[in-house]
Amino acid sequence: MKKMINKSTVTSFINYGIVIALFAVFQTLSATGNLSRQLTGLLIPICAYVIMALALNLVVGISGELSLGHAGFMSVGAFSGVITAAALQNSVTNDVARFVIAVVVAALIAAIAGLIIGIPVLRLRGDYLAIVTLAFGEIIKNVLTCLYIGVDSKGLHISAVSEEALGLEATGKAIVKGPMGAVGIMKISTFISGIILVLIALFVIQNLINSRTGRAIKAIRDNRIAAEACGLNVVKYKLIAFVTSAAIAGSAGALYAMNYSSITPKKFDFNTSILVLVFVVLGGIGNLTGSIIAAIVLVALPELLREFSDYRMLVYAVVLILVMIISNNQKTRAFIGKIFGVFKKKKEGEDN
Amino acid sequence: MANKEEVKLVSVPSPNLIPERDVNSSPILEVSHLGIDFGGLTAVEDFNMAIGRTEIGGLIGPNGAGKTTIFNLLTKVYQPTRGTIMLDGLDTANMNTIQVNKAGIARTFQNIRLFDKLTVEENVKIGLHNQMGYSAATGVFRLPKYWKTEKAMHEKALELLSIFNMQDMANFAAGSLPYGAQRRLEIVRALATNPKLLLLDEPAAGMNPSETAELMENIRKIRDEFKIAILLIEHDMNLVMGICEAIAVLNFGKVIAKGTPTQIQNNPAVIEAYLGKQAQEELKKEV
Ligand SMILES: Nc1ncnc2c1ncn2[C@@H]1O[C@H](COP(=O)(O)OP(=O)(O)O)[C@@H](O)[C@H]1O
Ligand SMILES: [Mg+2]
Repeated sequence: MKKMINKSTVTSFINYGIVIALFAVFQTLSATGNLSRQLTGLLIPICAYVIMALALNLVVGISGELSLGHAGFMSVGAFSGVITAAALQNSVTNDVARFVIAVVVAALIAAIAGLIIGIPVLRLRGDYLAIVTLAFGEIIKNVLTCLYIGVDSKGLHISAVSEEALGLEATGKAIVKGPMGAVGIMKISTFISGIILVLIALFVIQNLINSRTGRAIKAIRDNRIAAEACGLNVVKYKLIAFVTSAAIAGSAGALYAMNYSSITPKKFDFNTSILVLVFVVLGGIGNLTGSIIAAIVLVALPELLREFSDYRMLVYAVVLILVMIISNNQKTRAFIGKIFGVFKKKKEGEDN
Repeated sequence: MANKEEVKLVSVPSPNLIPERDVNSSPILEVSHLGIDFGGLTAVEDFNMAIGRTEIGGLIGPNGAGKTTIFNLLTKVYQPTRGTIMLDGLDTANMNTIQVNKAGIARTFQNIRLFDKLTVEENVKIGLHNQMGYSAATGVFRLPKYWKTEKAMHEKALELLSIFNMQDMANFAAGSLPYGAQRRLEIVRALATNPKLLLLDEPAAGMNPSETAELMENIRKIRDEFKIAILLIEHDMNLVMGICEAIAVLNFGKVIAKGTPTQIQNNPAVIEAYLGKQAQEELKKEV
């Protein structure tokens, strides 16, 4: 047992280590001016996508449910974060404090969205979650496309008709303008705040997985009938995994949105949900280290491959296949483990 | 095998075959007129049974007789079409599988159902889940209660595994164990839920004779140490006749005989429906 605690702890610390090491590398590169402008611009989105991949892996890999609309939670988080930050612009002048509040609100509202979906759907047996989350992602996108939100001295104004219908005072301003999305966003996300959020997401997910609750979630994934026979409240544990994941995805959305001056609801569509699912699958289902690496590589890759121009798509495909082989194949993992000496005793019974 | 019309229904002996030591306390399980239909098929019909608090009962019968279905009814995997199940004086009519386990019934499965990707120890810890707890937040923030409870769970899990001498396998993935060990692990996991009644569905299936003999001893040991009732389904007649104090024989969803091992072995209806003349002679030689 001592050995086992150590094993999961070691894996956890490897993940923290990877994130911190990458932070150090990118921070040094950008400080010394060795990072291209495009890649510098990608640092915060990469953090957001890493968090998304970790969150989705909690649902797909650990809980064994399929979500095809995780971008929907990202969207909910992005918009509620942006609105919160805009509404607090005059009352909370410190950017860091406003960022923290916006992220917390984003996580909470995304968690509520997760609860609303999870409570009815996770009671059912079968792959209903995939269908419902797919619909949720589309609904959120369409609802936000016809939503107008503004703020003035009287508080928030909401309309589903037009900007004029908000009836804002002269000093007020529109935050969300229907199809144009959120505009005039203060860019208060930073690379450091992104890295800290990644570490927090890792902390929450890893500690959850390696606790009594996580054990129950994994047991239910492995065999629902046996879990019930052992007296486990199946719906409760599936909900914990799903809602935690939704909250984390919401915080990723806020981080992502507050990196741009404007953001449209279309950014968080089905393609984004699938993109995140691709990170999870390529990185290895249930493998958090894999999720981190796959998200980084696949978000950065199109930029890195700019120089290859003609061969870009070819190289992209080859890298995809390589990532898949490396992260999903026991033998290659063992081989790489030998090289690095750290993954050495990776056994089947382990999930991260 | 005799078909439905040919089975002679013998008069069932007294519904309670509770051993001497248990007669003065109420039975742990009282089932009356239990039945279930699957569409047109009546899988179990008018099943009656009482089990004493520390009794080892056996449920035997040919394949498809409805034995596993009775376990599924007792654990509410299926809701009964008819009849009542009283567990320790409590009507389980409105309970689901989870609540029945909390009320005191644990089981193993004929087709093994382990948490394959979890370790052996983690499988047992799932059994301990409702006995030893801390909240999700305590787990995420690694509060002192997390360390204390996990340590206690670890010790308890190893103690339970030691019944079958399986402590050394604690860190193996459950799915990687040999067949016999998987069956034993299922029993340990069920036992970890602290049941009053343990249901074992073909615990010796796939085991060799020496493994079966050891299992028999361990089942008896579990009953003696934990002072619980055990109801088992088994095709291995040595095991059934060797450790069961009362046996019910099922055929086509109906009980055709109840009694002590000796009574069952000499019951003509049982011999005809199930044991066969030859099997009976073999049994007499061995017991
Ligand atoms: N869920 C189900 N739906 C339909 N028929 C079932 C179901 N479960 C069991 N049966 C039927 O009930 C009968 C008894 O099965 P079972 O209890 O598994 O027998 P056994 O005594 O071998 O354990 C069989 O005819 C089986 O086909
Ligand atoms: Mg059966």
